[in-house]
Amino acid sequence: MAELNAGDPIAELRVTPDKYTPHRYAGASGDFNPIHIDPEFAKAVGLPNTILHGLYMMGLVARTATEAAGGDPRSLKRLSVEFRGMGAPETEIAVTGTVKAVEDGRATIDVVAAQGDNETIKNAEAEVEL
Amino acid sequence: MAIKTDAIGKEWPTTTYEVGKEKIREYATVVGLDNPVHFDREAAKAAGYRDVVAPPMFCVVYSAPALAPAMFDPEVGMNFATMVHGGQQFEWGEPACSGDEISTTAKCLQIFEKEGRDGKPNNGFYVFETVSLNQDGAEVVRGTWTNIVRGV
Repeated sequence: MAELNAGDPIAELRVTPDKYTPHRYAGASGDFNPIHIDPEFAKAVGLPNTILHGLYMMGLVARTATEAAGGDPRSLKRLSVEFRGMGAPETEIAVTGTVKAVEDGRATIDVVAAQGDNETIKNAEAEVEL
Repeated sequence: MAIKTDAIGKEWPTTTYEVGKEKIREYATVVGLDNPVHFDREAAKAAGYRDVVAPPMFCVVYSAPALAPAMFDPEVGMNFATMVHGGQQFEWGEPACSGDEISTTAKCLQIFEKEGRDGKPNNGFYVFETVSLNQDGAEVVRGTWTNIVRGV
């Protein structure tokens, strides 16, 4: 069982998605929106290049929160996020978090996902069972 | 122009999805999970699951198809040119395992306008809910999907 206390930082996750991660995530998830996989399309709609799927980054946040709770996928009970910035492939993502409260065998964790100063997921809150 | 709110409360047809072991593997691999309960039947059973278990966020795979017709419904009338996926929440219940048949129904919860910051035009908020039940009628996940349309 994971030991979490209010105020504790959780173990951070650092991942660098490669150039083709959005293609693999598109296949895995079924979301083939061309802004994620077609550089010409992405540029035509005003983006700098293809961008990561927000739900892929939310998947990394879910992974980080689950691992903080000991790794059993059943332990993640709720996750809410705000998508604030666009994520780029081939750039490191850091997922960090702090335990906000622990009550009745459940911990609430505040989480952020960022690429450098660009916070792609903000105000994320995970509720995990301990 | 006031935002159209006729679609609040509207529900769209239920979709069903059968969860498969190799699809779980594919998803778990992309997000970098290595817990054997997502890959190995025996490991999953030893951990108390009926079969290989899906990672929580695999829920997008089986619940998003129910949302697609809602997103494109002219009665909702979202302008995709300025739309962003602003926020997302999932609340999980019973785990989803390989072999489960999951039914998802989407509903429009809210449509409202918020004043834009610094004199910018108002933003439209479109909030949908998906509820996913397994073959036993147990709730697997409840999703709240918030799309923001800039400049309504």
